[in-house]
Amino acid sequence: MADVLEFTYEVSDEDFTRAGEASSDVKKKLKKLGVSPDVIRRVSIALYEGEINMVIHANGGIITIRISEDSITMILDDKGPGIPDVEKAMQAGYSTAPDKVRNLGFGAGMGLPNMKKNTDSIDIETKIGVGTKVTMVINL
Amino acid sequence: MENYGQSVYLLENQCKGCTNCIKHCPTQAIRVRNGKAVITTDQCIDCGECIRICPHHAKKAKRGFIDAINNYQYSVALPAPSLYAQVNHLDDVNILLTALKDMGFDDVYEVSAAAEIISEESRKYVEEHPEQWPIISTACPTIVRLIQMRFPNLVDNLLPFITPAELAARQARARAMERTGLPADQIGIFFLSPCPSKVTAANSPIGHKKSEIDCVLAIKDIYPALVDSMKIVANRPEELAISGKIGISWGITGGEAGGLLSDSYVAADGIENVIHVLEDLEDEKFSSDLEFIELNACNGGCVGGVMQVENPFAAKAKLQKLRKYLPVSAVHAAKTYPYDVHWDKEVEYLPVFELADNLKESMEKLNQIQELCKRFPGLDCGCCGAPTCRCLAEDIVKGIAKETDCIYVLKDYLHKLSENIDKISGV
Repeated sequence: MADVLEFTYEVSDEDFTRAGEASSDVKKKLKKLGVSPDVIRRVSIALYEGEINMVIHANGGIITIRISEDSITMILDDKGPGIPDVEKAMQAGYSTAPDKVRNLGFGAGMGLPNMKKNTDSIDIETKIGVGTKVTMVINL
Repeated sequence: MENYGQSVYLLENQCKGCTNCIKHCPTQAIRVRNGKAVITTDQCIDCGECIRICPHHAKKAKRGFIDAINNYQYSVALPAPSLYAQVNHLDDVNILLTALKDMGFDDVYEVSAAAEIISEESRKYVEEHPEQWPIISTACPTIVRLIQMRFPNLVDNLLPFITPAELAARQARARAMERTGLPADQIGIFFLSPCPSKVTAANSPIGHKKSEIDCVLAIKDIYPALVDSMKIVANRPEELAISGKIGISWGITGGEAGGLLSDSYVAADGIENVIHVLEDLEDEKFSSDLEFIELNACNGGCVGGVMQVENPFAAKAKLQKLRKYLPVSAVHAAKTYPYDVHWDKEVEYLPVFELADNLKESMEKLNQIQELCKRFPGLDCGCCGAPTCRCLAEDIVKGIAKETDCIYVLKDYLHKLSENIDKISGV
């Protein structure tokens, strides 16, 4: 019996244009499950922002999605540089993205704020030089 | 589930059971079963891709034929703007319109005239509803169906307006009644259509109840007679044209958006490109000050419709040349007749892709699908009759296919079977 459905995605650092593949696939699955359109929208935005962050800052990583009858949990795990000041990073408009990334239209400093805005809870575990694990939950 | 009576259908005796259509269907609505294609009707959006791709011409679009004018005392032809792009060297639209009368219609009413009203009303609507930006055009019924089925979050962005063809039909009937004194039911309104999705829209309209279009004809069916009639009337065209540049431009991609006289728009054409735009729009990847999105299922816009004659790119060039010396708009001519363009029936999300009607059951099914997928080779060869391994897995879970439909699974199965036989017989 499937009380919890779990999917994992590897986010590649090789090609940033592939960022968004995981959120796109999750979106398809949620539509199959009949999850409400509003939840689908929130999941795909939060996840897309997370994916972009993993590509820009952390050379990729692993995304795990857990779906249960009452919640959707998204865990984004990377081996990147870590976030020196989480509080600052959560502020709208704050960004450490390099110019070459900003030139592509990313790095507006809305990633984490958007993730927070669209989820019911967000937890960030980060260690400098080791990596970051972001856990987001959306209740159903 | 609402069944809206698709126009695309299969000619079974011509179908060879190949995999071309299943591979090109944007909603994965086709399967090959027992050597013949089968369309899952509630997932079909009448885009016509299968008609375009079928090498055996086994897919057709239901439509009406011109003899039906005999069923009415008075008949009016509504030419789609893209029709003007089908003929060579057209420098006066009146010749084409007069030729339609020569073919047997009593009158003509240009869809492009109604389109100009929709352009004008859209300009106001877009300006007055910034909360709905970007507003998505609804002139292509295939796009609206696609959004209803696959993009529930975008349903609220739809421009709640009837199509130019529908408005033209309402106005044409009003004008015909005024001119003839005949009752409404003795006037036949015939839309000359570029595509099957307009046939479906006339049978089961989106956003309003009954359509005023009585019969939809394919442009390619009337084309030969039209060209002949144009030669006959070339020297005596009547003054029938009542539209300008803005209306005629609706026949090509960017035409509708151009009519808004704003720079803040995106215009995409071709069903795969459209899906890409909708996916990105759903993820809020477009700038928040984008006002309007025009989407056309066919390459190049309506000139690319599957019931057209001319190459869509050549047609586009012709339309651009034709519109060059037309007045910008003649909208006041069409405003003589009633022109309420708003939808009066709600357009809702159609969750045709859901696995079950409750989350628990859907999760169980999705889990089974994931497990089944692991057993398939992931080649998406289509030999089983489903477009992808994943679709086969879904079909099995739905109970409409079996694992051994996969030739790789079957091969393994037979291999094991023969090993067992060898063991038993002691070879």
